Amino acid sequence: MRITQGTFSYLPDLTDEEIAKQVAYALEQGWPCSVEFTDDPHPRNSYWEMWGLPMFDLADPAGVLYEINECRKAYPGHYIRLNAYDASYGRQTTALQFIVQRPPEEPGFRLDREETSDRRVRYTLHPYALDRPEGGRYEADR
Amino acid sequence: MSSDRWSAGVIPYAEMGYWRPDYQPKDSDILAAFRITPQQGVPPEEAGAAVAGESSTATWTVVWTDRLTSYENYQGKCYRVEPVPGQDNQFIAYIAYDLDLFEEGSIANLTSSIIGNVFGFKALKALRLEDMRIPTHYVKTFQGPAHGIVMEREYLGKFGRPLLGATVKPKLGLSARNYGRVVYEALRGGLDFTKDDENINSQPFMRWRDRFLYCMEGVNRAQAATGEIKCHYLNVTAGTMEDMYERAEFAKELGSVIVMIDLTIGYTAIQSMAKWARANGVLLHLHRAGHSTYTRQKSHGVNFRVIAKWMRLAGVDHIHAGTVVGKLEGDPNSVRGYYDTLRLDKVEADPVKGLFFDQEWASMPGTMPVASGGIHAGQMHQLLHYLGEDSILQFGGGTIGHPMGIAAGATANRVALEAMIKARNEGRDYLAEGPDILRSAAKHSRELDIALSTWGDITFTYESTDTPDVVETPVSV
Amino acid sequence: MSERVGFGMRQNGSPADPSPPPAAGEPLPPEARVDLARERADSHVDEVLDALDRELVGLAPVKTRIREIAALLLVDRVRARFGIDSGRPNLHMCFTGSPGTGKTSVALRLAELLHRLGYVRRGHLVPVTRDDLVGQYVGHTAPKTKEVLKRAMGGVLFIDEAYYLYRAENERDYGQEAIEILLQVMENQRDDLVVVLAGYKDRMDAFFASNPGMSSRIAHHIDFPDYEPAELEAIGRLMMDREGYGLAPETEPVFREYLARRRAQPRFANARSVRNAIERARLRHANRLLAQGGDVGRDDLTTLQPEDFLSSRVFR
Repeated sequence: MRITQGTFSYLPDLTDEEIAKQVAYALEQGWPCSVEFTDDPHPRNSYWEMWGLPMFDLADPAGVLYEINECRKAYPGHYIRLNAYDASYGRQTTALQFIVQRPPEEPGFRLDREETSDRRVRYTLHPYALDRPEGGRYEADR
Repeated sequence: MSSDRWSAGVIPYAEMGYWRPDYQPKDSDILAAFRITPQQGVPPEEAGAAVAGESSTATWTVVWTDRLTSYENYQGKCYRVEPVPGQDNQFIAYIAYDLDLFEEGSIANLTSSIIGNVFGFKALKALRLEDMRIPTHYVKTFQGPAHGIVMEREYLGKFGRPLLGATVKPKLGLSARNYGRVVYEALRGGLDFTKDDENINSQPFMRWRDRFLYCMEGVNRAQAATGEIKCHYLNVTAGTMEDMYERAEFAKELGSVIVMIDLTIGYTAIQSMAKWARANGVLLHLHRAGHSTYTRQKSHGVNFRVIAKWMRLAGVDHIHAGTVVGKLEGDPNSVRGYYDTLRLDKVEADPVKGLFFDQEWASMPGTMPVASGGIHAGQMHQLLHYLGEDSILQFGGGTIGHPMGIAAGATANRVALEAMIKARNEGRDYLAEGPDILRSAAKHSRELDIALSTWGDITFTYESTDTPDVVETPVSV
Repeated sequence: MSERVGFGMRQNGSPADPSPPPAAGEPLPPEARVDLARERADSHVDEVLDALDRELVGLAPVKTRIREIAALLLVDRVRARFGIDSGRPNLHMCFTGSPGTGKTSVALRLAELLHRLGYVRRGHLVPVTRDDLVGQYVGHTAPKTKEVLKRAMGGVLFIDEAYYLYRAENERDYGQEAIEILLQVMENQRDDLVVVLAGYKDRMDAFFASNPGMSSRIAHHIDFPDYEPAELEAIGRLMMDREGYGLAPETEPVFREYLARRRAQPRFANARSVRNAIERARLRHANRLLAQGGDVGRDDLTTLQPEDFLSSRVFR
């Protein structure tokens, strides 16, 4: 399974060079970049762990790629994504967000259905990964 | 004003104080630009004054009771009349209305006042409301979009690209369970939204409740299959407001992220639904059903940009606003004007885009424009260029008509879009190199490859019936 | 669409390359000829070198060395087009000399030069001192140093008084950590960053003696000699010119005498001391004009008289 969160999930995984080009675009727009990681791929999980603070005032993508690679070394089995943030008036939100690392095996989700009255079903999305405790959810991390 | 002003009888509007070339519009005035085609023999200033009068305080003869009011305040004032270049006997009249004329936060009142009375006026052959300037004093009395563009993106967790949707086809006739299948396939293939069509409300072949239940099943299945938030616009349009609330509440209970209404429910109903949407945390999509009856002809009616302004004030999160390259009417510059009106915080007057006034929205969130109608993946570069990143691209036929199936159609669209965004960010001239970019992306995606082979050459080019008076670029694309 | 900077070494260099580049990755055939003068013109390096000549007085050995480095980099680039790969040259440098001898100004020009020749991607200069790199408590240094390094990537990192990083006498000093990180980056990320250390010659020598790892990574040592009196005078005139002042004929010998005396005194900071002298002269000039009252003309407002310098304690 392959979760399709983030802006480029339907394309082949971006190479480091392609990531650098996207970062260059973000830096050119004046958007600071930050790296986040998680092992909980639920779509409503908005708050992935931050790998360091957002990187303000960088002139070149090399600094960002350095951090991405450090994060990859530290969490080889987690999802890692890059965020670019637009602080300008009227926006003040994330401008670009895409996944830069996935666990080698993505177990996906289970859809739990709770039948209630009148043919209604209450749905819960359960990521299989969460069946294991934190720290050992993906093979590559164990 | 002469002392004969108040003698009984009929006098020209221009002499009743409705023609005021010396008047400086106040910041708090609501301004309107009307395109007037006077009848033979009616001077333009008189026609302009007549419009000002009939859309404010005047009546066809002098009435003494007017003297009981502070008359000058309430009069509409036509302060400028300009001939339209290249047209014979057509003028733009600029009219200022005092803020006091309008009830706070009421689109119904605003429209009744401005267009309620004057369009059938015999002294004019044709009349069109081209644009309005809503002062901040009035903007602030409206709720505005229930969520807005920024909040919508945060809600869905989707940034950096246009959103993708599709209307379920066939338009009519599917029963609920099969309808839900189309929803599931399209969403799991890669679209962010699927949509009820405007006339899908609750017909004998499919009642609303059943549709809602099956659509939510499709939505949740697709969410589990992809790990992304997915939505279906459940159409809650109905015959009465009570029915609408009932349907909207049910949609909310089922966990739907978004509901949809048609323009035909009326301005008051739209405002009520916007209020409900904000109170209940549900996005509100508006289909502009029926607008072309009065927005399409250049000489008579209401320009869509005014409708767009009213709808942003009323508080919808999405509104259909034209595609430029699709099967429905839309001149590129005018459409750019609509998109600016919906999205920006400060819009500058620009005759090329047909924007007659500066408009400040005072931090009111933007409404997401929706492009829908005859567009397909092969046009992705043009769509991105004309419509920008904060938009929703809906490919109904372009998804469901894919030879490999609905999911494949959805995937083709998504791959095309992501590839185009990636190329744009990398600095390529994506408008010129669009077809190449799509072909390269198609190498990794069989779905896109087949989509391009099926539809690659389809375009819709007809002369636009409604263009701005000032043209910078050729009309057909 | 705006021009995008390619990554890594640029094959053809200048932003406005008029000739079509060879197919990416294909080396020139062995019998091909390259017009070096044209290469040089295309890279616009002469603009930088000329600016260097114009704006900085003296520094002949420094300017020569910079020109030599520019030549090496230019030729290396042409060699690369033939497919001859000599690896990326080591560009880390050390500038030694007294304060006020132009080290930071030259570093700035150097960054621009390297950018035009395609050896750094952005060409900005990030000047730092020990305090920008070293933290005050455990765990503070690494992130601080890495922050600075990330900001400098794509350009040149200029570490002034770099020897303060190493405090042999204090075991708990965190400077060593910063040095370790620097060494690693200077070795592994040469494509991303050029480092220039600066400071007094004798102290830098001591620093290198205790840190052979650092010493081995520096490719070019450039010494910035103290300015000669005539050079100081020229610098002074340049500064005054820029600020719209001139010396009256009687003032010239006084100014020269001033410089000679000041130079002999302790803590002479070359160009910086000249700047300070001019500032003080301006102060006295202004007060003199106000004190004497009456009308003033343009000449009065722009001319420095002998008394504007003579009242300095240098003359006591």
